[in-house]
Amino acid sequence: MNKPVGHLTAKDFASDQEVRWCPGCGDYAILKCMQRTLPELGATPANTVFVSGIGCSSRFPYYMATYGFHTIHGRAPAVATGVKLANPDLDVWLITGDGDGLSIGGNHLMHTLRRNVDLNILLFNNEIYGLTKGQYSPTSRAGTRSPSTPYGSLDRPLDPAAFALGSGARFVARTIDTAQKHMPEIFKRAHAHKGASFVEIFQNCIVYNDGVFNDFTEKSVLADRTLNVRHGEPMIFGKNRDKGLVFDQKTFKLKVATIGEDGISESDILVHDETNSTLAHLLATLSPPDFPMVIGVIYCAPSSSYERDMTAQMEAVKAEHGAPDINAYLRRGYTWTVE
Amino acid sequence: MKDDEQIMDTFNSTDRLEALDSVVVRFAGDSGDGMQLTGSQFTTSTALAGNDLSTFPDFPAEIRAPAGTTFGVSAFQINFGSDTVLTAGDDPDVLVAMNPAALKVNLETVREGGMVVIDTGAFSTRNLQKAGFDTNPLETPLLDPYRVLKFDISKLTLESVKDFGLSNKEALRCKNMWTLGLMLWMFSRPRAAVIKWLETKFAKVPNIRDANIAALNAGHAFGDTSELGASFKRYRVDRAQAQPGEYRTVTGSQSLAWGIAAAGQLAELPIMFGSYPITPASPLLHELSRMKEFGVMTFQAEDEIAAICSAIGASFAGSLGVTSSSGPGIALKSEALGLAISTELPLLVVNSQRGGPSTGLPTKTEQSDLYQAVYGRNGDAPLPVIASSTPGDCFEVAIEATRLALKYMTPVMLLTDGYIANAAEPWKLPDMADFPSIAVKQKDRPDEDGPFNAYSRDPETLARPWAVPGTPGLEHRIGGIEKSTETGHISYDPANHQRMSDLRADKINRIAQDIPEQSVAYGTDSGKLAVVGWGSTFGPIDQAVRRARAEGLDVSHIHIRHIHPFPANLGALLARYDRVIVAEMNMGQLITVLRDRFLLDARSVTKVSGQPFKIRELLDVIHEELNTAISKAAE
Repeated sequence: MNKPVGHLTAKDFASDQEVRWCPGCGDYAILKCMQRTLPELGATPANTVFVSGIGCSSRFPYYMATYGFHTIHGRAPAVATGVKLANPDLDVWLITGDGDGLSIGGNHLMHTLRRNVDLNILLFNNEIYGLTKGQYSPTSRAGTRSPSTPYGSLDRPLDPAAFALGSGARFVARTIDTAQKHMPEIFKRAHAHKGASFVEIFQNCIVYNDGVFNDFTEKSVLADRTLNVRHGEPMIFGKNRDKGLVFDQKTFKLKVATIGEDGISESDILVHDETNSTLAHLLATLSPPDFPMVIGVIYCAPSSSYERDMTAQMEAVKAEHGAPDINAYLRRGYTWTVE
Repeated sequence: MKDDEQIMDTFNSTDRLEALDSVVVRFAGDSGDGMQLTGSQFTTSTALAGNDLSTFPDFPAEIRAPAGTTFGVSAFQINFGSDTVLTAGDDPDVLVAMNPAALKVNLETVREGGMVVIDTGAFSTRNLQKAGFDTNPLETPLLDPYRVLKFDISKLTLESVKDFGLSNKEALRCKNMWTLGLMLWMFSRPRAAVIKWLETKFAKVPNIRDANIAALNAGHAFGDTSELGASFKRYRVDRAQAQPGEYRTVTGSQSLAWGIAAAGQLAELPIMFGSYPITPASPLLHELSRMKEFGVMTFQAEDEIAAICSAIGASFAGSLGVTSSSGPGIALKSEALGLAISTELPLLVVNSQRGGPSTGLPTKTEQSDLYQAVYGRNGDAPLPVIASSTPGDCFEVAIEATRLALKYMTPVMLLTDGYIANAAEPWKLPDMADFPSIAVKQKDRPDEDGPFNAYSRDPETLARPWAVPGTPGLEHRIGGIEKSTETGHISYDPANHQRMSDLRADKINRIAQDIPEQSVAYGTDSGKLAVVGWGSTFGPIDQAVRRARAEGLDVSHIHIRHIHPFPANLGALLARYDRVIVAEMNMGQLITVLRDRFLLDARSVTKVSGQPFKIRELLDVIHEELNTAISKAAE
């Protein structure tokens, strides 16, 4: 049970519970990736907690041999905040989806991000409500036909990464359920970041929204339609590595340029600076077909985390007051004695 | 105890210093006039003078309603005496009205023959209009039944502070201190404590500090030197006979906060208090946020739901999670309460009740969340419910509620209300050495045999083990989905759900064996009539029953602290009275639960006017009930 950290494997993080997602669900790949990655992070089952809300993705904790809390719809960020405040030394992962995290729980997610509680937040975005059988979600594209929108949805979708940046998140990244080499990297970066780490995972719902991300995740278009950004490297993409992002000073927007055309060389391509919040906002809102979908660490600018600041404030007050004494506390101010 | 005739006599006597058993003073003015401050400072001085006392702050929901309007009137009532004082008093003996609106709203509560102190400076045509007076009441027979002391307090205040270089507006703000000075003189109270308080409060603004002290002294001197008329006299209310010990005044919010911190110490656990501001519960958040040295962490969450969820998360991680709100906020927390019941985590939930439904009457008191506490969740979701009855009682109740939450691994609902939260009373200070430990043992290692089951149970309490993240070998998953009794894993098995529902109910019901038997607060344990109450109605019920027994009537007072489950002997005790009255400040909620549990044939006496019961109202009901009993017996 208590193997030394270096000897733990994916098996040590897998619970004995039968996984009950639909065959072919993108969640399986994410689960496997997590079980594989945690040993590499030096994590231990005892010190790791998975907290989730309600929805398909939120069954995740049951399949991990760690501590887990499957809470109520949308409220996982609040529960996880309580866990982290009570014990800042725990590794807390928050599993949520587009409905759980951005619809019913949007408020909690926003405040958790702005407070910068040291949680690793994974939002499985499949642009649909799976567990309630296929209604459109706040990330569904306008016009989505679903049981509740037979004539097409009318509301405009929310961009999770832009939402996170707007909420003050200090770490925002994206990955894809099928990107089994990319995802572990992102998990490691999210884990290493002290403060709220927000990761959007494009996750395919094979039953209710199959292929919704095919326009950029299909093998045939992946290289041309996604841009994997890395800090300090030029933002180049494409099968032939000949496309890149440049800044258009006239429109204050990014645009796609082709290396070798119009006098553009590799040195003209913007270099990714993950600490630049302006750039992060621009990258987060790009989408196919005119732009690549940006994956990787879009923004990472560490700042002090809420639970550490809270603990420090408590310790400072304790140090000032000395040993706690209720009797003395009650007797502060005006008292009188009856003989 | 007060005797109506005696007070009238007192007023007619010509002595300049009259001794009274008890007196009720009501300060009323605009919400910006500082009436709550005036009242609380008068309270401190009264407590230091050794009287027993009880207060009732009565203020509007608006922070600063338009000046001069009736809905902007803020009042503070204090009842103090040389005998036991348990309520803020029925009808004021003295009303201080700082403007026409305050007079309009409060005059009818003053007893006939009582005194009304009026600031004529505030009785301008404009203020009279705003208060809805067509004619100046100072010139009509309206005030004839009262003894009126009227003078231009505004002008007198301005004169007293003219040397301090204040603006007219700042200078007029000292009116409340001038008035307080006069009232301290009237009741022979010392000024030292108020002066000390002003020195601290305005330490950084010396001219404001000095002006307020000057106004206070001027008001006092005015009483000393003015010829206030033949019918006027000062009062002396002697020290109350109190149990020996050290005392202070305390509000329910204070003693509740201190009780929660004390419970954390007795449980040897850090506390995580998640809360969201709401009237009248916020003072608890304020009070606890100053108690970090006791390991009390306070988290002002983004909403009520996040507040309780953060507390649940903290309990999962090994702290004592506590959350607090008032009725509307508790409604928002209901789903999460179900989660805490299903995951069987310890949690303390405080409900400072106010008038409802919906936003209702935020600043007025009511006991109308008893149904919500006992029944208000989806599914069969039992939890212990416990109620505090006086400001001082909150301390002990917080500790008792925490004891149950930890021992039985359950959320516990603690009911208090706006009246208890804001009212002050003298409180004999407890000694922490007298409280037994309420610490429980968190599970720290796996058992030898078999895998860890988070839903295995203590055979006596049925509590599940508290295994905290970070502990090797006890990794487990919990959640709101039904769990198997055998393994703790999720289970949709119908028979298992029946077993778990039975276990959850049984666990809470067993608490009845672990709480004190129901005692009789005053009177005998059988007889013609019992008046049953819970929560903040303790004072008026107790006073009414004491008076009725003094008249020779066979009536007793039973006050219930443990509302769910009830004490094991409660049904048998109630059966020993011929008749039972249940008095509560709602439309009849405890009586429904009592009927449900005991098929009790009781009479419901209710009130939801935002004001506490008056002693006389209850006394009338007792008379009526016993007379009916006599006439029925005669038939």
